[in-house]
Amino acid sequence: MKLVEIKDLLQCEVLAGEDDLHVDVTQVVASDGMSEILAFAKSKELMITGLTNIQSIRTADIAGVSAVLYCRGKRPDKKVIEFARQKRIPILVTKMVMFDICAILYNRGLKGVS
Amino acid sequence: MAVELLRESFEIQGRNFDKAGEVSGEIKVILRDLGIDAANLRRLVVVAFEGEMNVVMYANRGTLTLILTDEDVNLEILDEGPGIPDIELALQEGYSTASDEMREMGFGFGMGLPNMKKNSDELRIESEVGKGTSVFAKIKLNSNV
Repeated sequence: MKLVEIKDLLQCEVLAGEDDLHVDVTQVVASDGMSEILAFAKSKELMITGLTNIQSIRTADIAGVSAVLYCRGKRPDKKVIEFARQKRIPILVTKMVMFDICAILYNRGLKGVS
Repeated sequence: MAVELLRESFEIQGRNFDKAGEVSGEIKVILRDLGIDAANLRRLVVVAFEGEMNVVMYANRGTLTLILTDEDVNLEILDEGPGIPDIELALQEGYSTASDEMREMGFGFGMGLPNMKKNSDELRIESEVGKGTSVFAKIKLNSNV
């Protein structure tokens, strides 16, 4: 599923990477624990988290994910958004909770990484 | 005998969460520019990042040395920190001594050292309580760089 479809489906606001939403993702890694993301992400996944600090983008960069989706309406500060732009990592924000996001994406055929 | 091609050391500031991960980001760029393949690059930067985070979370200061040879990449992470009393226990998934502050940063869920082990071909940890910890990780390269 393309990031732009995910954006519409989950009613997301895009905070970074507006021009990179054509990327296709098939797998998802979802956690507030950054080491868990690092343990499971293989590359090019959609990363879903409620952690909005600079470490979330550093983890996304190290793990090589395609985009970061912040849940529960949490927003990163300007420094974090700027860092994501620098690393060319799109940021999406939705008000939905992680459980609902995962259920919606799973029903659309996306799978978790294990 | 492996031929050393590159050796570079980086300082890591303990307790500086804003800068935590900068060294690993730098190492990622260096190794990517050297043409390390994506799978090995990913393993290397995960080991570097988890190691760097451990220094930031627990130690006063530390150094990460990157050593590239024609056969492998080695990461040596030495810190001046509290040390690990029971290394075997620390390597168990889920075991953690992290503070609330560390968990708020998204770390300290007992996955750091296990992640380093999983992504290394060899991992050796030496530690002295009250003095510090040394971690030596080796990732073998499949193809020439």
